[in-house]
Amino acid sequence: MIVFGYRLPGMSSLLVWGLLWEIVGRMGVTFFIPPLSDVLKTLFEILGTPAFQKALGETAYAFAAGVTAAITIGIPVGILMGKSRLLDELLLPWVNVFLSAPLTALVPVLMVLFGFGMKSIIITTTLFAIWIIILNSRAGVRQINRSLVEMARSFGASPLDAFFKIYFWAALPEILGGVRIGIIRAVKGVIIGQLLISIVGFGALFELYSANFLMSHFWAVLIVLFALAFSISEFLAYLERRVAYYAAKR
Amino acid sequence: MQNRPLFLKLLSAVIIFGAWEIAGRVPVSYAFPTFLESMSALLRMTLDGSIFVAYVETLKPLIVGVSISAVFGITIGLWVGLSARFDWLFSPIFIVMQAAPLAALIPLLVMAYGIGLTSKVFVVGIMAMPVIVLNTSTAVRNTPASMKEMARSFLGSDMDVILKIIIPAASPVIFAGLRLGISAGFIGAILSELKITPTGVGDIITYSRSIADYPSMYAAIFSIILLAVLFLNLLEKLENFLFKGNDLGYVSD
Amino acid sequence: MSQTKEAFEQSEPAAENAVVAHGISKNYGDVQALQNLSLEFPRGQLTSLLGPSGCGKTTLLKIIAGLLEPTSGEVEVNGHAITGPGPDRAFVFQDFALLPWANVLRNVSFGLELRGVAKSERESIAEKYIHDVGLTGFEHSYPHELSGGMRQRVGLARALSVDAQVLLMDEPFSAVDEQTRRKFQEDLLSLVQHENKTFIFVTHSIEEAVYVSDQIAILLPRPSRVSEIIRPTNFRAKGAENIRRDSEYLDIVDEIWASLRTYVE
Repeated sequence: MIVFGYRLPGMSSLLVWGLLWEIVGRMGVTFFIPPLSDVLKTLFEILGTPAFQKALGETAYAFAAGVTAAITIGIPVGILMGKSRLLDELLLPWVNVFLSAPLTALVPVLMVLFGFGMKSIIITTTLFAIWIIILNSRAGVRQINRSLVEMARSFGASPLDAFFKIYFWAALPEILGGVRIGIIRAVKGVIIGQLLISIVGFGALFELYSANFLMSHFWAVLIVLFALAFSISEFLAYLERRVAYYAAKR
Repeated sequence: MQNRPLFLKLLSAVIIFGAWEIAGRVPVSYAFPTFLESMSALLRMTLDGSIFVAYVETLKPLIVGVSISAVFGITIGLWVGLSARFDWLFSPIFIVMQAAPLAALIPLLVMAYGIGLTSKVFVVGIMAMPVIVLNTSTAVRNTPASMKEMARSFLGSDMDVILKIIIPAASPVIFAGLRLGISAGFIGAILSELKITPTGVGDIITYSRSIADYPSMYAAIFSIILLAVLFLNLLEKLENFLFKGNDLGYVSD
Repeated sequence: MSQTKEAFEQSEPAAENAVVAHGISKNYGDVQALQNLSLEFPRGQLTSLLGPSGCGKTTLLKIIAGLLEPTSGEVEVNGHAITGPGPDRAFVFQDFALLPWANVLRNVSFGLELRGVAKSERESIAEKYIHDVGLTGFEHSYPHELSGGMRQRVGLARALSVDAQVLLMDEPFSAVDEQTRRKFQEDLLSLVQHENKTFIFVTHSIEEAVYVSDQIAILLPRPSRVSEIIRPTNFRAKGAENIRRDSEYLDIVDEIWASLRTYVE
């Protein structure tokens, strides 16, 4: 959008919304929406508190563990599926099933099998993220240009060399795309896990604040969570752009 | 062997269900029934109709929520796609909503709207809306310029261009957005049943768990996943059929 | 205005030139696509705009069509300045611009549909032109079922069906294969003879321009200007099959190439 001849940056309308939030809050329209300034003040207050740090730690731990598992299992499985037709035909229907299934429905099963603790939350997170990572890694491998493969063989590359010097980079843009979407799903997974399984981490804070009607606190934690989710997503988008220069021309 | 893909699909199903059966017999855990036990529980619930009653309850907020999201979502999406000002103002909101774990808002919605149908409809709604709006607006904005130009060259009015070019051209992606919205709405519906108040299928799950009737619990979960997958696959087939030959296909997540 | 003068003006013979461009300039920010370009397009004839990439020929064509506005200058069609697209001009697009979700019949009648012509009437008009371009039997086929050449014929039928006096063609044959292209060029010659319309044709192929045109305007880039106007005369009457070996044809092609080759990047 162009105002007075200057192009406004992409997300700048969020400032307008922030202003609206402030005004609505001050007018006292509803108890549930305190002024943005109050929320921000509370945010800075609680950032340093041990309760918040603990919650952040618990959530971050579950998230990191879940994502690591999803990546370390998902990418190789996806690559193998891309390379082996037999494996692909056996596994692909299941990957598609779990990709479109409402994974939330599986959480009770996890609770029953793995208990009410951190383990279940981590597994939930992994499950939310892994399917799209598998699918995208597979797609990345499948679209590798035949000519690149033939080139590698004609120059006598060893399988290890071929993988790390050619195939990995050729498939990287898709893999990164899958990881980015997977991470966004993982954030949703870790929160859903915390809401349903056991009340730890940020889930605990949400329950605590809503039960005690501490609205500013509630929104403050929500903003932190949304901001974290968004920053991670943007960081991965940045990485994707770094390899985008060759993505279109492979 | 032409039937190889089908054969392998069946084979993999047999393998997985077989593994389930074995794991149940081992037993992996006291809470892990065998495949056959779960299937017979499912059969029982189907025959006595209890599962259908449950689904009517569960599908209520899903259908209402998705319909509302579809109507509002497509309208907002069209507006955002057509107007640069609206795009600047509203896109960031939906982009943030798309990336954010909206499930965190459930306690808030419960506070504001109680534990009835309203808050469940809201949950389904906020989970389905962002992807519908974003798909619609992207599709509208990416309408091929030469087609719009063509319509103008043949003296089409602005309304002609919107109704005869932009909307038909955007339909495949809008439909895909609806499909993803329904998928997200499913998650919302189940989440609200497990978290807010148990009704419908969520009730079967929580109740069975509480009385340790694990076959029923697994049966209910199996049925949800089966239903969701079948329905979404059906939608995808419908999408491919309706929009055959429209090579404007791309889907955002 | 007095009645006599009005009557006199209306009974004047139609102007020699169907389209006249006066001093057209077009800027995109700092980039000057066209600079003070003037050109006349005689009625009932085919004029080509020929030149290397970046010389502004498509920009000029779209300005004449009314799809782009010039930064300065004006275009007159039949003596009246234009303000946008009009019923007197029809456009044929390089990438066909067909509606992928509509069949051939609807695509060809689309121009008439936008003008509010009733369905039965526009379909019978469309059927005539579908027959004229040789696509009888394909009325209910969809674009994705047709070859590139057939799709362009749909685009051509659509442009013909609105019965505009000026037909604007933007590299219409560049997206089809060589053999189809040759056939199209031959068909275009007979089309120009039989239809009483003015054609303005953009191309970057020298042979194509010399083959089909009554007048060739050569445009050069940076800044975009008309460098010369060539009117091939003698070989037009010899018949479509004999043109490509005619010595005047070959001479003109060589001449044009000699002057254009320095502009190839």
